Amino acid sequence: MDTALLIWAKSTGLQWATIIMLLGLTMRVIQILLLGRATDLSEARNSDVMSAGIKTIFRRFVPPQGMLQKGLLVYLSGYIFHIGFFIVLLFFVPHIQLIDSTLGISWPGLRSSLIDAITVVTLLALIVLLLHRVWNPVLKLLSTPEDYLTWALTFLPLLTGYMAYHHMLFEYNTMLALHVLSVEALMIAIPFSKLSHMVTLFLARWYNGAIAGRKGVQS
Amino acid sequence: MAENDNLGNLLARRGISRRTFLKFCTALASSMALSPSMVPAMAESLAKAKRQSVIWLSFQECTGCTESLTRSSQPSIESLIFDFISLDYHHTLQAASGFQAEEAREQAMAEHKGKYLLIVDGSIPVAENGVYSTIAGMTNLQMLEDAAKGAMAIVAVGTCAAYGGLPKARPNPTGAVSVTDLIDDKPIINIPGCPPIGEVITGVLAHFLTFGAIPELDTVGRPKAFYGETIHDRCYRRTFYDQGLFAETFDDEGARKGWCLYKLGCKGPVTYNSCATTKWNQETSFPIESGHGCIGCSQPDFWDMGGIYEAVSEPLTDLRGPAVTAVVAGAAAGVAVAAMNKQSKQSAKDRHFKVSSETLDEELKK
Ligand code: SF4
Repeated sequence: MDTALLIWAKSTGLQWATIIMLLGLTMRVIQILLLGRATDLSEARNSDVMSAGIKTIFRRFVPPQGMLQKGLLVYLSGYIFHIGFFIVLLFFVPHIQLIDSTLGISWPGLRSSLIDAITVVTLLALIVLLLHRVWNPVLKLLSTPEDYLTWALTFLPLLTGYMAYHHMLFEYNTMLALHVLSVEALMIAIPFSKLSHMVTLFLARWYNGAIAGRKGVQS
Repeated sequence: MAENDNLGNLLARRGISRRTFLKFCTALASSMALSPSMVPAMAESLAKAKRQSVIWLSFQECTGCTESLTRSSQPSIESLIFDFISLDYHHTLQAASGFQAEEAREQAMAEHKGKYLLIVDGSIPVAENGVYSTIAGMTNLQMLEDAAKGAMAIVAVGTCAAYGGLPKARPNPTGAVSVTDLIDDKPIINIPGCPPIGEVITGVLAHFLTFGAIPELDTVGRPKAFYGETIHDRCYRRTFYDQGLFAETFDDEGARKGWCLYKLGCKGPVTYNSCATTKWNQETSFPIESGHGCIGCSQPDFWDMGGIYEAVSEPLTDLRGPAVTAVVAGAAAGVAVAAMNKQSKQSAKDRHFKVSSETLDEELKK
């Protein structure tokens, strides 16, 4: 019920989180773009390098042949949590209202009971992925603290949102403040962790597709 | 009314039957989440309740709280309970004025020392030693501190007394604070609202008269019985919220159909109060029922919670300006870092020289 905390989260906190996230992301993208590459002196086999890159961006959304069967659970959970996260983020009416008030664009939302159900499924998918990470010996060995941190930063906004909606643990205002704060923590971490893949994945995929395309092969 | 008269006698004299009284007690018990089995005992002790001395101090306030309490159009048991207390000092309601009024206050404070109930409405300005509001030359701060010393308990009526309210809204020029900010050695009940529901004020008084103790409070000092749930949770428009049906303006199809007012700035989701159940004006209706969103008046700092017509989830500051600045600054930083990268690459290149087997031989000979 801490209104002061909620007010801080919705004003100063949100402002700083937005600044840090956008500043960090722009900096990193510009930095990557300006890295430059050595000129490739060989003759391009395929002149349409650009579209080869763009095709790869989309092709990589589909698992390579055979991989789906090998890691069904991981693939499914991965898809579910990404899609679920975006549905909850973009189709919960209060979220749309926030976007509308800052960007002036809006679209119809989904009913809250549906959002609620999707949140539960998304949380479960994230839990499955965490369990897989700690139970799979190879993956466990490969995991760094950053992997667990980014997992938590993704999990918490969903969890606190769910708990606020259902009045769990704290009174609504406090939980709502924690929800906003957890989103801000996520926003701040995006540019400086592997979460930056939400932007850089497009650059990386495009680049892979483009160099392969230049050589006349599909990537 | 004689000093040792009790509430039962008063009610009997005013023609309130025992049956009506029991009904009132039942409603009171249920509104305070007490078991129905407690009703007879409660009725008995309430009927036996002696007149309670009350000192009512009004500070930075608008008198709306007093209005809310006294403006019931038909005499109810609630209003009779208000009649029953011995209101020894109240600016607006007392007949005396000037130094006589202040004398009455001092007399009551001395006579009922340790036993009177202190009711406060309005916030207390503390900037510049409290000069922003004085009564008979005495600052509100001083008057509160004096009166609090001999009080059995304090009731902060209205959001100003409970949390600072409007005077405390940014930039708070008078340094307004709440009663709890200043007094920490007395039991304090907050009954916030701008104004609070009259029945809630008398309900808390009745509880105090019945049990001689303060009711169970939440983390910001409000009686849980009346402030235990959000408006949103008890709102009859909630099904529309859940279905995603919202009024977009105050006169569109949705508004006429009584859809949820969330997008029009309703603060019901973040507001704890009993408007949706107790309602206003003899249970006639409450703001949302008359087509306007809840403004969140029983919450601390609600004046700083964004515009009345801005939805709960809207940010409280401008994000666009900072966003543009951040992108520009980020791009500049990106270019700078890239330039630094290039430089270090270049200097690595400059330091590069060819090594032949002869040079290695030379090195080994050294
Ligand atoms: S009108 Fe307000 S309190 Fe009622 S359901 Fe909508 S948001 Fe909640």
